[in-house]
Amino acid sequence: MNTEQHLELRRLLEQGLPLVPRPYRLLAERLGCAEDEVLAQVGEWQAEGLFRRVGLVLRHHALGYRANAMLVLDIPDAEVDDVGRRLGQAPGVNLCYRRPRRPPQWRYNLFCMIHGREREQVRQRIAALLGEQGLAHHPHALLFSIRAYKQCGGRYAPAAERRHG
Amino acid sequence: MELDNLSRRLIERFQHGMPLCPEPYRAMAEALDCTEADVLDRLARLQAEGALSRVGPVFEHRRAGASTLVALSVPEARLEQVAARISQFPEVNHNYRREHRYNLWFVLTGPDRAHLSRVLDEIEAETGLMPLDLPMHTAYRIDLGFPLETLR
Repeated sequence: MNTEQHLELRRLLEQGLPLVPRPYRLLAERLGCAEDEVLAQVGEWQAEGLFRRVGLVLRHHALGYRANAMLVLDIPDAEVDDVGRRLGQAPGVNLCYRRPRRPPQWRYNLFCMIHGREREQVRQRIAALLGEQGLAHHPHALLFSIRAYKQCGGRYAPAAERRHG
Repeated sequence: MELDNLSRRLIERFQHGMPLCPEPYRAMAEALDCTEADVLDRLARLQAEGALSRVGPVFEHRRAGASTLVALSVPEARLEQVAARISQFPEVNHNYRREHRYNLWFVLTGPDRAHLSRVLDEIEAETGLMPLDLPMHTAYRIDLGFPLETLR
């Protein structure tokens, strides 16, 4: 496979595997190469850690997880790694990232995502979590999502290559 | 939506990993003691109902390219229009309205940081709104899918 085929394969994988009995053969036909070349390349990328996981990618809202909260906290820089590691291990926390502050507009440096079926349940779980972790005194805010305008996977492959496909 | 037993078993078994082989759906069917047609039927149905985004890899964004979380504070009267425009960018995914002064939140992904900076400039020029650019500094936990026990 050449470089252009590699990029094109990545672009196709970003859109998901076709739901047909031989999905890699279908991708290979589109790329103009052999099925085993595609499988070997995907296996290589997997071994190199290009993928976080390979499997079914779900949308929480359609599965009944309608309450999606982003908890943001302003934690002193000296403590944020410790707090981040603790929150990241707490049950129910799906994501926990440190991000930069942007003063004066934005003071918060720690971001957690928490999903649940109902808003009140999520609110209570977060209140309990902040209590247990001794974090309630740090400035924080809870941003519930009201609407998803777009929900899809990342598109990393360069757009110019995509147009050629 | 209501999940039937096979759909639930498919999700539980294969959201974190699936076989890499010429006939992955047949291998999944063998693991669940059903037919390949059953697997394809359930996946197509989950996709049609919006519960399944896709099957395949979730890219590790630090390896795959660049990404950042962006927020805009949009006047209420312009929110729907600005949100629709933002969603048109192929670099945008997970575009949400949230309850806050910063009421529009989305993730930008692209081949490199310079590409994202150009998109941010374009967004600012088109909307007249100053985006908050919040790239990930450290990941303490990454999203590995749904907690299976709560899917029932």
